[in-house]
Amino acid sequence: MKFGKIIAGLTVKWQSMQILISILAILFGFICSGLIIWLSGHSPLEGILALWVGIFGSPQAFGEALRMATPLIFAGLSVSFAYKTGLFNIGVEGQLLVGWLVSVWIGYAVQLPSIFHIPFAIFTAWLAGMAWGAVPGFLKAFYGVNEVIVTIMMNYIALYVTGDFIRRFLFADGEKSHAIRPSASLHFSWLTEWTNGSRFHIGFFLAIFCCVLVWFLMQKTTFGYTLRASGYNRYAALYAGMSVKRNIILSMAIAGGLAGVGGAMEGLGTFGFMPIQSAFSGIGFNGIAVALLGGGEPIGIFLSACLFGSLQSAAPTMNFQTGIPSELITVMIALIIFFVAAGPMIYTKILKKYKGGRFFR
Amino acid sequence: MGLFYLLSVFKKIKGGSILKKLGILWICAVVLLFFTACSQANSDENVHQDKEEKRTIKIGMITDTGGIDDKSFNQSAWEGIQAFAKANGLTEGKDYKYLQSSSEAEYETNLNQFVQANFDLTFAVGYKLKPAVEKIAAANPKSNFAIIDEKVDLPNVTSATFKDEEGAFLVGIVAAMTSETNTVGFIGGEKSALMQRFESGFEAGVKSINPKAKVLVQYANSFSDAAKGSAIASAMYGQNADVIYVAAGGTGNGVFTEAKNRKAKGENVWVIGSDRDQYKEGLPENVTLTSMVKGIHTVCEQLAVLAQNGDLKAGTMEFGLKEGGVGISDTTENIGEDTLGQINDYEQKIITGEIIVPKTRQDLDVFLANLKS
Repeated sequence: MKFGKIIAGLTVKWQSMQILISILAILFGFICSGLIIWLSGHSPLEGILALWVGIFGSPQAFGEALRMATPLIFAGLSVSFAYKTGLFNIGVEGQLLVGWLVSVWIGYAVQLPSIFHIPFAIFTAWLAGMAWGAVPGFLKAFYGVNEVIVTIMMNYIALYVTGDFIRRFLFADGEKSHAIRPSASLHFSWLTEWTNGSRFHIGFFLAIFCCVLVWFLMQKTTFGYTLRASGYNRYAALYAGMSVKRNIILSMAIAGGLAGVGGAMEGLGTFGFMPIQSAFSGIGFNGIAVALLGGGEPIGIFLSACLFGSLQSAAPTMNFQTGIPSELITVMIALIIFFVAAGPMIYTKILKKYKGGRFFR
Repeated sequence: MGLFYLLSVFKKIKGGSILKKLGILWICAVVLLFFTACSQANSDENVHQDKEEKRTIKIGMITDTGGIDDKSFNQSAWEGIQAFAKANGLTEGKDYKYLQSSSEAEYETNLNQFVQANFDLTFAVGYKLKPAVEKIAAANPKSNFAIIDEKVDLPNVTSATFKDEEGAFLVGIVAAMTSETNTVGFIGGEKSALMQRFESGFEAGVKSINPKAKVLVQYANSFSDAAKGSAIASAMYGQNADVIYVAAGGTGNGVFTEAKNRKAKGENVWVIGSDRDQYKEGLPENVTLTSMVKGIHTVCEQLAVLAQNGDLKAGTMEFGLKEGGVGISDTTENIGEDTLGQINDYEQKIITGEIIVPKTRQDLDVFLANLKS
């Protein structure tokens, strides 16, 4: 009874409820994937142990896990930022590709000392992502065009346009762009040594900083308040004298900018170049999952991006050590998302008993 | 399924606090995991018992993003390694294994897996892995790598490349001998120096037989877009081509689909496959005229044998017709006797060096000019 009361007490706040849902979803996701592993004739325990080794087994593995999480944090922030204003940004993938291309371009073509080069490359990636995100925002604000459709279309435009630009202007052998100059690289020798030769880069700290920035912008500024107000009820916001149109465009632009910086993480960090993509990287779509699991809060997004990133980076180790296919991690992530989405439905039932009624909006 | 099971457990335990319920669930889960872990451990012991075999080398392989069952490059390489393993009694998972790369960011981490497990030789299949191989090989000078279809200049990397143009030349001859409309097509993957070898070799082969033949060339800009392959093939067949040579990985599947549809309607069209014998892909309508095969499996097998004998050296090894690196497929039921004769003639001429097949467009122009004179 006690535990039930505690949970009921927690549910006073919607956010606490969200945390509970996320944790239970992760738990159920793990249990269900364990069952699937078991049914496919492998040992779930070994699988989880291998995952553990793949994440925490060595400094290098841990560095790779954080490296993988970095762009996911940006993608998650981007999705949730737009979502707070009532917009569904499916275009992270495209904004990320544009940011990636521009960051690599600046990283390759411009010659500057490192201290200016890195911020400049990231800033231009931000601008490029903003521009790419502002287009659907503009169409939505002034013509009421559904942003979901536009952003999906813009993803494909970005995919092929970036490929074409690389082929035209930046082409190096092997279907990829030229490598960036060392001065633009996010890799620092002390970080690489620290993590024993992994591709961990300072972008991770930038991601943490952006989490704080987004939280501050959303919760502590008037601007953030008007954005959220437009998301809750655009007519009420309009009636209160806020410029909803401006807010929609700005929200999409900032979300796009965040995704663009996520692309710069890949361009200046992970790869140091940009391959001509024949398919989407998947980071943008995983960003939706990250935002959903993180409950739209920067801290939650940070944690869930770390979870998904480390699971993905540990997948090959698991495959290598136990023979469980890497694809199972995708299944696991899908299951977690399923439980998050099904959360209110399932958990309401359980918790109603202890609260005796509706406990959230 | 697991969910429903859990929910039903939840429902059954009426009364008691939620803490109790969660506790019971936890115990169920833990017992389940423990049980399966034990059963797995038992079966593992059996494997370990028969390990008093002779010491053999460990061979790893990582695929590019195409996956192990791409019916092409990766699959072919894996078949070669399997053949080697079978001949030497290696067990999969222990002595030889592969890792698939689900994204391009995974190449480096996958290579690292094999390095850390002390594999003797790791195959990297496909030119897309070049940057990853360069980095990991440089960081781990004691590990050995082999990269297929690309050159990496490091003391612990063996690069195996193919004289693709020689194989493409041979299928060009088949195309020219078979075509009734005197128009043939070439569909490439992504436009690159590598792809140009296919294109120029093919065109040289066609024009060697029939200087007046028209060769349509188009690139799909993708190795995995079957829909685009279909669209391009449709356009080419529409422009009167009756034989299309496709060297574009998964994009080629669309070309086969299009050709099959047309053949089912009674049109006389053919496809020439690439990388491996694609005869089966053309069934039941039987549209595969022949395939240019890369002996990727021969190459991988040869490299593995060299590695086992300790004879594998760094540097570039080129595999052409002479070395069994390229050729046309064994299935020849759609090729006439006189065509086979021509192929043999040209094959000998290439092996002896009488014909040097062009690798680039510029070389091709020279080659064609020489043909005319």
